[in-house]
Amino acid sequence: MEFNCNMEKELWVKCKCGDIIYNQDLVENFKICPKCGEYFAMTAWERLAQLLDEGSFSPFGEEVTSCDPLDFGEEYLLKLREDSTKTSLTEAIIVGEGTLNDMPLIVGVMDFHFRGGSMGSVVGERVTLAIEKAVEKRLPLLIVATSGGARMQEGILSLMQMAKTSLAVARLNEARLPYISILTNPTTAGVAASYASLADILIAEPKALIGFAGPRVIEQTIRQKLPPGFQRSEFFLSHGMIDMIVERPKLKETVYQLFSILLHK
Amino acid sequence: MKEEFIIEKPLIELEAKIKELKELSKNIKADFSEEIAKLEEKARKLTEEFYNNLSPWQIVKIARHPNRPQTLDYINHIFTSFLELHGDYVFADDPAIIGGLARFEGEPVMIVGHQKGKNTKENLKRNFGMPYPDGFRKAGRLMKLAEKFSLPIITFIDTPGAYPGIEAEERGQFSAIARNLFLMSSLATPIIVCVTGEGGSGGALGIALGDVVLMLEYAIYSVISPEGCASILWRDAKKAPEAAKSLKLTAKDLKEFGVIDEMVSEPIGGAHKDFITTAENLRVSIKKYLSILKNKPLKQLLLERYQKYRQIGKFIIN
Repeated sequence: MEFNCNMEKELWVKCKCGDIIYNQDLVENFKICPKCGEYFAMTAWERLAQLLDEGSFSPFGEEVTSCDPLDFGEEYLLKLREDSTKTSLTEAIIVGEGTLNDMPLIVGVMDFHFRGGSMGSVVGERVTLAIEKAVEKRLPLLIVATSGGARMQEGILSLMQMAKTSLAVARLNEARLPYISILTNPTTAGVAASYASLADILIAEPKALIGFAGPRVIEQTIRQKLPPGFQRSEFFLSHGMIDMIVERPKLKETVYQLFSILLHK
Repeated sequence: MKEEFIIEKPLIELEAKIKELKELSKNIKADFSEEIAKLEEKARKLTEEFYNNLSPWQIVKIARHPNRPQTLDYINHIFTSFLELHGDYVFADDPAIIGGLARFEGEPVMIVGHQKGKNTKENLKRNFGMPYPDGFRKAGRLMKLAEKFSLPIITFIDTPGAYPGIEAEERGQFSAIARNLFLMSSLATPIIVCVTGEGGSGGALGIALGDVVLMLEYAIYSVISPEGCASILWRDAKKAPEAAKSLKLTAKDLKEFGVIDEMVSEPIGGAHKDFITTAENLRVSIKKYLSILKNKPLKQLLLERYQKYRQIGKFIIN
């Protein structure tokens, strides 16, 4: 299957540091600013291209797509269609089967450009399908997470996806199949508090925002500014909540090594 | 007058008038019995009409009513020999979640629930029922204990949400909630969840994954507060009443979605008007499901728990 990315059509991209980068160079540099090291958000397609062997990915669950179960209205449906066009994705996660250094695995990659990576019924269903497939085929599972949390427009149904996906992870656990989760910027709320943090090994990209409550909500609650670096990967590593921080260019090899050991290969 | 009370204002006024008339008739020894009866009938009708036509926002107000019965009230009425157990064995004892051993009609059980306060002082102690990670970890510890000794678990849900603060994040709020969901997914003992007040998002769900979910008629359960939803969606927290409607957070809505198994009815006026009837209604439902669940082989129980959540969600299949 072709990896297709039409997210940033501009030839040049400006980084926060002021540097102007030729887009193609940025993509080839794992979307990291060559000057200041800032991580740009990756699309799901770019992730798949980086982590999997070329041409090995075949998606499933693509036929499951979102409706408007609470009748939030045409505006919500329009946003879904817009994000779909923008990202060439059918929802905030794409799941499928592929190989990583010739090791077959089940993979799920979320994309923040699709409704902020929010989890509604479809994300929950696809994650569950992915886990069930991993159990059925006895394959390891890799999930690359990024999400603002549950999808508000699906109300209680999206909250329940936290339960649904956690039950699925418990099945994977019973089957003793390894699961690695990569937390990328940002992974918060309902997704952080369910399948994304229930892996056997939790990897985070550097400086990724992770947490339950968003920083804005916390600031409103405690009525003070949060200290720099709060809720970032390095903060959670030092507080003992994740296993390791891995720089983007080393992700593929690290995941491969971890799975190899866990699978006695 | 507190905002929560405003919805009941016409009823409160009428009740005050009846009381006044009764006292007057006593004092001046005149017979107002006919007038009193008329007013009482009017009050009854008004109350009935009022409660039969509640808007979702009014239900939110009832669910948050300061006099609404709380977890400890239900524990004291429905169970006997409650022995509270404290602490997560890691860091702290979080007063926003309580738990312990008890008996339900003689049968040993484990209880876990959110606990709000009855007044400002208690609310400060209990953090308004908003747990820290320590609370979820205490709940997890107690639930494992329950599994070890084959005790059914009954949880009570009443929280605005998990506490969004610095220390809560430091100690891994996301992780604590996720670990409980994972644990409850495969706990080999029956779990009955009772949503009695506010079911505030992940903070509620963190102790609410079960085989049977019961919900009181005027309780609410939502992914986000109506205020939060309104401020995100329309940048105006004052539009909370509209958001309450859009979010479909009432027991009736949740029953339609298949998220809860049974709506437990509350007497006219709500649980705070007649606690005994409410608690008895809840007891009857707990009893019914406890005997069903206890008779299921564990393997089947866990399979059905998986299937129960497996089918929740709405989407299109192209």
